[in-house]
Amino acid sequence: MAKDEFQSRQFKVVGTRVPRPDGLDKVTGRARYGADMTAPGMLFGFCLRSPHAHARIRAIDTSAAEAMKGVKAVVTRADFTVTPQDQGTRDILDNVMAGAKALYDGHTVAAVAATSRSVALAALKAIKVDYEVLPHVTDVDEAMKPEAPVLHEGRQQESVPEGYSQNVLARSQYGHGDVEAGFAKADLIVERSFKTAATHQGYIEPHACLASMGNDGQGDLWCCTQGHYMVRNTCSAIMGMEAGRLKVTASEIGGGFGGKTTVFLEPVALMLSKKSGKPVKMTMAREEVLRASGPTASTSIDIKIGMTKDGKITAAQGDFRYQNGCFYAMNGALGAMCGFAPYHLENVETVGWEVVTNRPKAAAYRAPGAPMAAFAVESVIDEMAKELGLDPIELRLKNAADEGTKSAYGPTYPAIGLKATLEAAKAHPHWSAPLGPNQGRGVACGFWFNFGGDTCVSLMINPDGTVSLSEGNPDIGGSRASMSMMAAEELGIPYEQVRTVIADTATLGQNEVTDGSRVTFAVGLATIKAARHAIEIMKARAAQLWGIAPEAVEWVDGAAQPAGPNAGKFPPMTLKEIAETASNTGGPIAGHFEVNAEGAGVSFGTHIADTEVDPETGAVKVLRYTVFQDAGKAVHPDYVEGQLQGGAVQGIGWALNEEYIYGEDGTLQNAGYLDYRIPVASDLPMIDPVILEIPNPGHPYGVRGVGETGIVPPLATLANAVSRAAGVRLTSLPMSPPKVLAAIKAKG
Amino acid sequence: MSRIHVSTTINGDDVDYLCEAGDTLLDVLRDQLDLTGSKEGCASGDCGACTVRLDGRLVCACLVLGAEAEGRSVETIEGMAEGEELHPLQRNFINKAALQCGICTPGILVAAKDLLERNPDPTEEEVRYWLAGNLCRCTGYDKIIRTVLETAAEMRGAA
Ligand code: FES
Ligand code: FES
Repeated sequence: MAKDEFQSRQFKVVGTRVPRPDGLDKVTGRARYGADMTAPGMLFGFCLRSPHAHARIRAIDTSAAEAMKGVKAVVTRADFTVTPQDQGTRDILDNVMAGAKALYDGHTVAAVAATSRSVALAALKAIKVDYEVLPHVTDVDEAMKPEAPVLHEGRQQESVPEGYSQNVLARSQYGHGDVEAGFAKADLIVERSFKTAATHQGYIEPHACLASMGNDGQGDLWCCTQGHYMVRNTCSAIMGMEAGRLKVTASEIGGGFGGKTTVFLEPVALMLSKKSGKPVKMTMAREEVLRASGPTASTSIDIKIGMTKDGKITAAQGDFRYQNGCFYAMNGALGAMCGFAPYHLENVETVGWEVVTNRPKAAAYRAPGAPMAAFAVESVIDEMAKELGLDPIELRLKNAADEGTKSAYGPTYPAIGLKATLEAAKAHPHWSAPLGPNQGRGVACGFWFNFGGDTCVSLMINPDGTVSLSEGNPDIGGSRASMSMMAAEELGIPYEQVRTVIADTATLGQNEVTDGSRVTFAVGLATIKAARHAIEIMKARAAQLWGIAPEAVEWVDGAAQPAGPNAGKFPPMTLKEIAETASNTGGPIAGHFEVNAEGAGVSFGTHIADTEVDPETGAVKVLRYTVFQDAGKAVHPDYVEGQLQGGAVQGIGWALNEEYIYGEDGTLQNAGYLDYRIPVASDLPMIDPVILEIPNPGHPYGVRGVGETGIVPPLATLANAVSRAAGVRLTSLPMSPPKVLAAIKAKG
Repeated sequence: MSRIHVSTTINGDDVDYLCEAGDTLLDVLRDQLDLTGSKEGCASGDCGACTVRLDGRLVCACLVLGAEAEGRSVETIEGMAEGEELHPLQRNFINKAALQCGICTPGILVAAKDLLERNPDPTEEEVRYWLAGNLCRCTGYDKIIRTVLETAAEMRGAA
């Protein structure tokens, strides 16, 4: 449809920095997050978790717990009698409540609901689980070996060649051209191996929910999630109820970053509520968040690149081995697709591997799979630039993908902004600023697909001329403001006249999860189209009052007016005037739009970092950081900047400190914020965001998602900066002080 | 389980409650008094989401027992605005986009207000170290630090 496509225009509201509608509630403590809801007669629910990395559950004796005063329900896997139809949902059930085996340290094996927190916690202690401890594996390369302990039998896909453990669930391959011929043309070939540790999304709000199941078969659920429709669909499948009988309301959400795109507590709370006949509230402790939710994949990656002396890449190859925790995920495939996506390559071949280990099931983390792949690829490119004496930005510009490039993962790009970010980086004063001793500057690029997906929006014209907009995606970082802005822009009314709310699952049709950087793009597109729908109705109402044809009416600056002198002479009729008389012209006015949005528009960014390495301790200080990213069109620049800054800092944490540390026994050694240390304010400089605007052809205002790409370049950017500062190439994340020191010592 | 009777002052009002010996001040605020503005991010003193003032000193409410509030004065995010009038930090956090998800915001506001009362003209480094105990995973701290510095200037009448 031609109307969907980008059209250049003068914006009045879009691009301004208006206050967000949920701001007051959030600065006064009034906003209700996952754990902030209560219900009359509510019970407190808690999980009992496996202390073993891998164990067969021989028996669970809950009788002593059940006999305790105040205990109203105990559930184990035996209570989940429905087997969901698809494997993905079965995996989720197996993850939220262990079946025959506990697959990781922290895996839920039973749960209790009681009248108080203290009674529930005491009851957990009274549950006796008879475990048969099994050998375990937590490292990706170890798990791939034929002799590794096996998590699941018979789940290996046909794509996996012979000779690998059954832990290798899938292999995928991408690319084009002839890499061997390409390498033959190279003047320089560099081949390196890399490792990255698993990290956690680290949202400050632990998972929490309040579930209420009635014996009439209807249920209500309140939870912090990135997608309450996903919660409804998943939980109803697990509970064996029709989706329409479960109403899910999304609370305010205290961060997600991909980690709240699945369920953990929700089905357990529903089952406890069903069994007890009372509302049940569950919250995770931080230790549980780290042991049993999230995290991202850890990886082991090999990269081989061939280049001519003047820096043209002749061939590129990558092997991306990702462990996704104890169930299937496609992070390895995503890594294999993203690693070389910024480059125009004649010959490229990548392979992605999906491996299971005795760790919690990986959840998405902001551009899942891509940051580690970019770390490996961009590190090799940096090393080659250094070796060939080339400027790393010039080298990237020479090979950069552009409109018409056949991407490393298949599709041919439309208009993209990679070169614009590189040119902006080259011209920025940061790139040419002087460096001191022990300091190094790194640069790297990153790519993310972006996504659209199922989206519904309703836009109500209220009788007094205000506008109520309902959307179905939790607002994770200012999206209600962006939606109100786009509605106001299209309707030609002030921003303050629109209020956007997040509807529950019974109020609006299916909406895809808040993921893939999709909301500003897809919900924005649906909002604009819903506004256009309402405008059509309002034009018809004006036409009716004027006694002219609807086609003879146009919409200008928030009012209907006759289109040209031949249409008749009537003064413009404002949205407010049309709204006030709507009852007499046919009834209430509302626009709506439903779509599976396509045309999200891929996203690129380039980052520059300066670091200083202490040669005595190996400690790294980030001195300066600049982000360049294409936003298509920044609807609310403050919140676009916030995405770029937040993504960069998560990447800095991943590069320098953050790491899941497993002991010999396969248990997580650092399940708390003290030992799993995310960046704090005193670790960091200001993060300078530079927004580029290369319109996305697939959105009426040119919008591209911006949420995820910001985390893709930092791992490599920091590795390149630290390697240049330390004078030695760092190939393993995190670059913690002992590792950096060891590398400095080893080079002598 | 027997309970302890506590008489305290919260945001200037006299409050009485009964708590279990093991209940933290954060448990009491959130679960008994419905003052859910103070958040639990860790319950171990590592995230600062539960930051309140106790007799004028910043504390993690998750590290104070409910029983310890006896006879003392507690200030939470709910008491930061004077009626309709937001504290300049609250107003500027909205206007300068110093929050994304907002879960860290109550703790950061309580801590930042305390800083500006002690030091009306902090340096960037002083703000960064003062707030080092308040984790924010969304913003990368940039807009938070800037907003605290700009609000300090505004309150000094320098802006
Ligand atoms: S909840 Fe108190 S410091 Fe984290
Ligand atoms: S705004 Fe989300 S944690 Fe700070």
